Amino acid sequence: MGSATPVDDETGLIAQLRAGDESAYEQVVRTYGGRLLAVTRRILDSDEDARDVVQDAFLNAFKSIARFEGNSKLSTWLHRIAVNAALMKLRTRKRKPEQSIETLLPAFLDDGHHEERFTSWDEPVDKAMERAETRQLVRAKIDELPEGYRTVLVLRDIEGLDTEETATMLGLSVNATKIRLHRARQALRTLLSPHLAGSAPGKAPGKAPGETRGETLS
Amino acid sequence: MKCRELAEFLMDYVSGELPAENREHFELHLTRCRNCREYLVQYEGCVKAGRIACDEKSDELPLDVPEDLVKAVLAARRLDPSS
Repeated sequence: MGSATPVDDETGLIAQLRAGDESAYEQVVRTYGGRLLAVTRRILDSDEDARDVVQDAFLNAFKSIARFEGNSKLSTWLHRIAVNAALMKLRTRKRKPEQSIETLLPAFLDDGHHEERFTSWDEPVDKAMERAETRQLVRAKIDELPEGYRTVLVLRDIEGLDTEETATMLGLSVNATKIRLHRARQALRTLLSPHLAGSAPGKAPGKAPGETRGETLS
Repeated sequence: MKCRELAEFLMDYVSGELPAENREHFELHLTRCRNCREYLVQYEGCVKAGRIACDEKSDELPLDVPEDLVKAVLAARRLDPSS
């Protein structure tokens, strides 16, 4: 998109920021604002809150640009400030009533077998993710996850925080964080699978001739 | 081990945290149950898909920055002499 042009000379840009160059501030907002909005929106599920958080994040970053040591890239540094601001917002705002995730979790028969017979995806995930429409679909499905699960999945699987960090940031126990991550992944699978299985052009839905549900149990 | 238990242990298995004894039962079940093998593949696939789809380096994420947000940030900065 037009607004986000790569920064060729980051060192120069940082020097301009430190010198209080108005055009440098504007360039930073235009270059990185979209990404920061995307990540904070994913955490907060609210355009309005994401905007507030991104605005605060930029102001905080500008205030502390003197302390930016250049050990990381400017984009990484801004990203971290924005994620922290989003989590702060998450902690302070009124929690939405928790949505149930039960219907998105696997169901089991009395004998312990899965109720569902899983159909193979049409292609390996790497291949499917080469298409922009699949990447868009995955983002949309992540956004559909109930908030308490989505935030854990975003922090752990996308932002790459470890379980302890995630637990601390969300005010959850380590065990609750693990359970939520597991359920969030399972729910995402339930949401994505119908779109990734049995739909590739020229290919019949995945069948496993001769195999019946869960052949043998140990 | 039943499919139900395997599903519970999935995350620990994927992250390599499943204790050895459980892992043996887990893997034995996997060799015999196509449905659970498929579930494992899709579970890991979802983790990977999320990571790829939301990669901040992806060209799709830098959405246009709303003009009023740009203006608001710059105006707020000017008002705050410490920034």
